[in-house]
Amino acid sequence: MNMQKIGLALGLMWSSAVFAATPFTHWQLPGGTEVWLAETHQLPMLDISVSFPAGSAFDPADKPGLASLTQRMLDQGAGGMTDVQIADRLADGGAQLGMELDADRASVTLRTLSRPEQEQSALAVMSAVLAHPAFDASVLQREKARLEEALKEEDAEPQMMAAFAFQSAVFAGHPYAHRTSGDVGDVEKLDAGALRQFWQTHYTQDHAVIAMVGDVTREQANAIATRLVSGLPATAPGVSVAIPPVPSLTAPELRQISFPSKQSQILIGQPGVKRGDPDYYALYVGNYVLGGGGFDSRLMKDVREKQGLAYSVYSYFMPMQQAGAFQIGLQTRTQETATALQAVRSILRDFVQNGVTAAELTQAKDSIIGGFPLRIDSNRKQLEYLSMIAYYHLPADYLEQFPRQVAKVTAQQIRQAFRRHLDPDHMVTVVVGDAPALK
Amino acid sequence: MKKWLAVVLACQATSALAGITQFELGNGMHVIVQEDHRSPVVVSQLWYRVGSIDEENGTTGISHMLEHMMFKGTKDVPDGEFSRLIAAAGGRENAMTNQDYTVYFEQLQKDRLALAFRLEADRMQHLDLAEEGFRKENQVVMEERRMRTEDQPQALVYENLMATTFEANPYRRPVIGWMDDIRHLTLDEVRQWYQRWYTPDNVTLVVAGDVSPDDVRKLANQYFGAIPAHPLPVRKEQTEPEQTGIKRIVVKAPAKVPYLLMAWHAPYLHQNANDWQPWALKVLSGVLDSGAGSRFGRVLVREQQVASEVGAEYDLLGRGPGLFVVDGTPSAGKTVTDLETAIRAQIADVAKNGIREDELARVKAQVIANNVYQRDSVFYQAMLLGQFATVGLPATEVDRVVDHVSAVTAAQVQEVARRYLVDDQLTVATLDPQPWNNHHDAPPVDMHQLR
Repeated sequence: MNMQKIGLALGLMWSSAVFAATPFTHWQLPGGTEVWLAETHQLPMLDISVSFPAGSAFDPADKPGLASLTQRMLDQGAGGMTDVQIADRLADGGAQLGMELDADRASVTLRTLSRPEQEQSALAVMSAVLAHPAFDASVLQREKARLEEALKEEDAEPQMMAAFAFQSAVFAGHPYAHRTSGDVGDVEKLDAGALRQFWQTHYTQDHAVIAMVGDVTREQANAIATRLVSGLPATAPGVSVAIPPVPSLTAPELRQISFPSKQSQILIGQPGVKRGDPDYYALYVGNYVLGGGGFDSRLMKDVREKQGLAYSVYSYFMPMQQAGAFQIGLQTRTQETATALQAVRSILRDFVQNGVTAAELTQAKDSIIGGFPLRIDSNRKQLEYLSMIAYYHLPADYLEQFPRQVAKVTAQQIRQAFRRHLDPDHMVTVVVGDAPALK
Repeated sequence: MKKWLAVVLACQATSALAGITQFELGNGMHVIVQEDHRSPVVVSQLWYRVGSIDEENGTTGISHMLEHMMFKGTKDVPDGEFSRLIAAAGGRENAMTNQDYTVYFEQLQKDRLALAFRLEADRMQHLDLAEEGFRKENQVVMEERRMRTEDQPQALVYENLMATTFEANPYRRPVIGWMDDIRHLTLDEVRQWYQRWYTPDNVTLVVAGDVSPDDVRKLANQYFGAIPAHPLPVRKEQTEPEQTGIKRIVVKAPAKVPYLLMAWHAPYLHQNANDWQPWALKVLSGVLDSGAGSRFGRVLVREQQVASEVGAEYDLLGRGPGLFVVDGTPSAGKTVTDLETAIRAQIADVAKNGIREDELARVKAQVIANNVYQRDSVFYQAMLLGQFATVGLPATEVDRVVDHVSAVTAAQVQEVARRYLVDDQLTVATLDPQPWNNHHDAPPVDMHQLR
């Protein structure tokens, strides 16, 4: 009966997914740049992302925040244009330039109308920003000062304080451990020479990965990609963009930070899983039941619905180049801190021990598979998938495989995968708030 | 100017691809269908025209509390089942409450719209409100208030500003409610609120996605058509008395960086879409704040370096009295007073000398482009339609936004700056950051003492 239901859901989804996903193609430019394209002419617009292995994991040990500041400076003067000229030229055509950065990846994104005049103008700005950033010293001074104010603001936000403490404990000694943008004191030490050097080393043609979705042909896309990377350097011999494996935790750790807030911010976790790990689908489906599936999840049902202890409680795996974090998060009123912590720990322990029930597994699969078309129902969402597939060298049929692999996951695989990747006895626990010291 | 004309024409051609269909059910429920056949998905949004603007002192936050209780079950669909059924169908659901409306939504594959309608129609009529579930959910809402407001200094500044700038209009009260009001809400009060406002003629249903208007009409009639309407209470006008002098408040909270929030009374677009003033105010907000090249970014952040961050916001639409809002963080070594002075000088400059044609053209170009970009999101398209309908504007006006903005002149932008952004209409709120002490040097406390 259950099998039939899954089969039926899969069948329905499958026909839809074929319609939903714009077919995509990919190729390589002579300089080594990977280009991935989803051609769709329904709207007169084009989305582009250009990604590099230039995230915060590549910060030199004595220069935390270098990757982030380098990226921030790209559009603050480039190709003979000032920051204001860049902004005005983009705005004149209604184009939007964006920057995204995590520990692995630095991406520059562009959204523009596909009318030739607007598109060409926006592409000229984007290629200048990528290949001819000015890193002007006085502009850098200003941007550092602005960044430092933003970091100081975060330093007084309990949610951010918890996130930074969590990151540094879970990844202790690893390049994933430090705050992406560095701390206030780190930023002060960065100079234009270091930024230029980082750009020269990491924003290279052969490491660039371009994704495009929208109103563009294969031929036009090829010309655009060529133009965007033509001014970029090649990777120097001997430069490695490998990231070392994340060591497992060998002992539990509690970090409690005192702050006069009404709620305690609680984060619990460990290093989780890396991109392409064969256990990923089992962990993904299992985590839906644990804390990823909103009101379907055990954490939400217990901590919020049954006990009224939190508005938001969740868990996730963030797969990265190396094992990214597994994290459980919630916030509760100060006086319930210990109660909430105990509830979450016991749910996690039970889950790793016993896994999911048959009914939970069916519900998780129905939801994930049936919801698949919603994940790719816009150009922007497709761009994110395309960029991720390309950057992490995932199989080209990743989107087709996703629902199929989810459908195949068994309760036993979930139990085994959770036991392989998580150890409830060695979790990091971070608590920020006004609660008395915990044990 | 020729350049912009070409783009405007192109956009109109695009918008013709995706049409809007509207109709009314026998019970007065209004339905808007936006076709978008790019993906095999649909979004359904049920907009109840009730929000914090309809609330009274002592029971603030009741619209939002009811929104939470709407997921707590009916006789046919018990507690937890609503979310479980939508999730089992691969859907997503949630709800939002603000000053003007409460909206419930589902996103699904296109052939599963009937499920959303069945569940929404059921809870529109048969909500089963039980004391125990209410008490737990009440605690959840208090946690939500702590999370969103009490532990967020800038949100506290906003809440205080609203309570100061408005003296009579209900916009002065927070959507989530005052903590003590939330705590003292009773199940009976929530039940009465539900019975008073949840009637089909107080609802706009917006459906957007890969559907045909005929199918939606059939389904809407099937599920919502037979729900009886009942009379709505009279909504009395609550005109805000005119402010006659600048108001200032200070909020203290643990923080490291100060914050400045300024708000001027300025009209929203109500009912008459051809009222030029709100459109001119919208353009003004773009001239001041739309990237590094706009006035705030260029002058305040770059030339004067008095602001670390600074922005302008004008919502355009609202059932109640409008505000034109500016906020910012002073750069290191500068004070909120320095920043306020610099902001007021920029606004005075627009009022005195007006804006340049290239500034105007730049803002218009961005509005025109955004009008294309927003079509990438079916959900956002539905949100726009619902917002227009809720303030009493025809849904067809969503397609005319570009026309309205294109018609704004530089003289009109100067005129609204001169007329509305004046000191007597201004409220200034600042965050005074407070240091805090670490107290964890104290010896560890046994876990049991916490209970």
